[in-house]
Amino acid sequence: MRISFISLFILLFSQSAFSAAKIQHWQTSQGSPVYFVETKGLPMVDVRVIFDAGSARDEYQYGIAALTSALLDTGAGAWGADEIAQRLESVGAQLGSGVSRDMAWVSLRSLTEEKLLDKALQTMRVILTKPAFNEKDFQREKNRTLAGLKHREESPGALAGIEFFKALYKDHPYAHPASGVIETVSGFSAEDLRTFYKQFYVLNNARVVIIGEMNKQQAIDIAESLIVDLQSGAKPEQLADVPEPSKGVTKHISFPSTQTHVLAGLVGMHRKDEDYLSLYVGNHILGGSGLVSQLFAEVREKRGLAYSAYSYFSPLLRKGPFTMGLQTRNDQTTQAAEVMQNTLKAFVEKGPTEKALIAAKKNITGGFAMRFDTNSKLISYVSMIGFYQLPLDYLDTFQQRVEAVTVASIKDAFKRRVKPAFINTITVGGK
Amino acid sequence: MIFRAILFAFICLPISAHSSNVRVHERIFNNGLKVLVKEDHRSPVVVSQIWYKVGSSYEPGGITGISHMLEHMMFKGTEKYPMGEFSRIIAENGGRENAFTGRDYTAYFQTMEKSRLEVSFELEADRMRGLKLDAAELKKELEVVTEERRMRTDDKPRSKTHEYFMAMAFSNSPYKNPVIGWPSDIANYQVDDLQAWYQRWYAPNNATMVVVGDIKADEVFTLAEKYFAGIKTSVIKPLKPQAEIEQQGVRKTTIKLPAKLPYIVMGYKVPVLNSIEDKSEAYALEVLAGILDGGSSARLASRLVRGKQIAVSAGAGYSMMSRLPELFMLDATPAEGQNVFELEYALKQEIYELQRELVSDEELQRVKAQVLAGAVYERDSNFYQAMQLGMLETVGIGWEKVDEYVEKINQITAEQIREVARKYLLEEKLNIAYLDPQPIKEHKQTSKVAGGRHAN
Repeated sequence: MRISFISLFILLFSQSAFSAAKIQHWQTSQGSPVYFVETKGLPMVDVRVIFDAGSARDEYQYGIAALTSALLDTGAGAWGADEIAQRLESVGAQLGSGVSRDMAWVSLRSLTEEKLLDKALQTMRVILTKPAFNEKDFQREKNRTLAGLKHREESPGALAGIEFFKALYKDHPYAHPASGVIETVSGFSAEDLRTFYKQFYVLNNARVVIIGEMNKQQAIDIAESLIVDLQSGAKPEQLADVPEPSKGVTKHISFPSTQTHVLAGLVGMHRKDEDYLSLYVGNHILGGSGLVSQLFAEVREKRGLAYSAYSYFSPLLRKGPFTMGLQTRNDQTTQAAEVMQNTLKAFVEKGPTEKALIAAKKNITGGFAMRFDTNSKLISYVSMIGFYQLPLDYLDTFQQRVEAVTVASIKDAFKRRVKPAFINTITVGGK
Repeated sequence: MIFRAILFAFICLPISAHSSNVRVHERIFNNGLKVLVKEDHRSPVVVSQIWYKVGSSYEPGGITGISHMLEHMMFKGTEKYPMGEFSRIIAENGGRENAFTGRDYTAYFQTMEKSRLEVSFELEADRMRGLKLDAAELKKELEVVTEERRMRTDDKPRSKTHEYFMAMAFSNSPYKNPVIGWPSDIANYQVDDLQAWYQRWYAPNNATMVVVGDIKADEVFTLAEKYFAGIKTSVIKPLKPQAEIEQQGVRKTTIKLPAKLPYIVMGYKVPVLNSIEDKSEAYALEVLAGILDGGSSARLASRLVRGKQIAVSAGAGYSMMSRLPELFMLDATPAEGQNVFELEYALKQEIYELQRELVSDEELQRVKAQVLAGAVYERDSNFYQAMQLGMLETVGIGWEKVDEYVEKINQITAEQIREVARKYLLEEKLNIAYLDPQPIKEHKQTSKVAGGRHAN
């Protein structure tokens, strides 16, 4: 009875999922890929232009991708920061820009009413294609970034994160924090940013994503005009592969906090990893499903050792990290870290039970619609599909692929990929 | 990452409506439970939130934070669904769930595929009355909440500054207490305290169920009838008003903590929609906050961060929807070479200018344009829409006000803004806290938080 109900539900749901996220794809006349989903019911649109220009492209100028992105809307074409902000906000539009390790993006949310949208898009176009990198704006934004980096030193959690990536990635471009470090950022000049912009904010490195209430022709026109003035440029070089994990390190940093932040993990998987689903579903059981995960049960529910205890894979263009984390009162750090490690060890050795796997699948497939039930979430998914060149039917086939995961495939993948001896453990806190 | 028991210390939701109002369906059952439904058919999902009229501002001294503690304990099982079953069943049905506590409310929510609403109703109805509180479980969960407090407040210099700031600004209003509670109160809750708190406030006539999503209102009412209509009404004793005494002069405090950056937070005692006679004044204060901090073109970003470059960040905010009178807040971080006193001066200059001069038509239109657009954007999220309805209803303003918001904001004039600036943003109602950073040095001893260890 229950089983037939579930399968009926999946059947019905797959159809609505299809209509909820039908991705249309084409290239602009200059060859930049465009991804479009037409939505109905709300007179609004989200537009995002993404570049392979994240902090992995910093080379030795840690933080240059982030600061370049932060400067874009502070002066462009004939406009200063005030005029840009006024133009956008007078039509109720919201502009954002940012970077991750892999990606840089500029995003816009606007109403679709023609007059309002035109003004917003025109402003976005100038920001994208004619940023000024004025000396005065540069100095100010640099100083604000430096203040932010100083502020980060107040946070034991942030410090743990930085050390964690350093331990996992050593010399790889993923090793340093996307926002940079004080030593590098203080040495930047406006010219450095201009150089970075010219190399990476180019047609051959751009993708456009549009989600909103409009027809395809409108989306074609928007994508076409938005980036037409970008230089053609070249695709960036292939990012270096991440070295295979080897024996892990353990490091403690003293910090006058009441809690110790514990991060443990190793180099995990990339976006198109062949073990992606087994690792994803396995981790869901181990530490990815919030209130019902094994780590949550062992660390918090059974022992009251921490408020949050979790694990996750962050798949990137190259292998991203597998991270387990918790924060606990200083004097019980050893105990909590051991519980975390033992939970992982047991999971890697024995794998999940059949029952746990069925429950995880029900949770993932049954909650699938919630992953993209807003335009905001949807544009993140479609951007991911576009950036990492995943198949356009990625969302449509996701549930089937989850269903295909078995206890054996999880066990096998974790045994090969998450070797407890290779786990790096970083602790930041008081003794 | 989603964790149980998100704690929203301050939620500054600019409540808005939208030009083409979607109807909210209301039904009140005989036992006093109010059910609100808003249909949104864009995605095959439904969010249900149950809001209880209880939060940290309901708590007497000695048991501050008990609403939040009870929220944690609400996941510990009933006779019918023992410990762990609630979350397991929701998860197995593809649902996402959590809960949050604020000063004026405690709410529990599930987001489900639309056909699963019944699962969530059955479980939520069961734990409205059937919670089993266990001493051993409480002991463990006290530790969890203490860890939560360490993470959210004790190890965050700015959060701690805010806590001290509120404790100074309010003399006898319960808004002086942190939502999570004072450490020694947390350490000393007994099962009896929680039992009493549960029995006092968890009842259908003290709750509002809000459902937003791809479902018909009639179906929701039928389901609600089935699961909630039979629950017995309680006698809810009226809450004592605990009206804040008049502040008679500026209050200042300096907080010295290991930190890297100085920081200033300022707050003027102001009324809210609930407490004000001329309601338009609350909307005028809301627009005034927008003039200062409604985006990157607003005055604080344009003048203090970019123009004078004396702040690396500066903000302003006003929660017109609080249950009790509030603070109109300003905060800022000085740029390198500047200090908090220069920022205090600059922020006050901004207030004086608002009292002296009318804001330009352009500025006013920009704030209104953003409110109008925001009312469309927020409909992207069922969760947000449900929060608006639940919060308005729970603080006593009434959900109907959601539809008036855009119109009321639209009616505000430059004169009204100047008027409320003159009337309410007064020096003798001002409170200021300065965070004075001390060197971050490792201390050798095992750290102890007052009260945190009493629970062992």
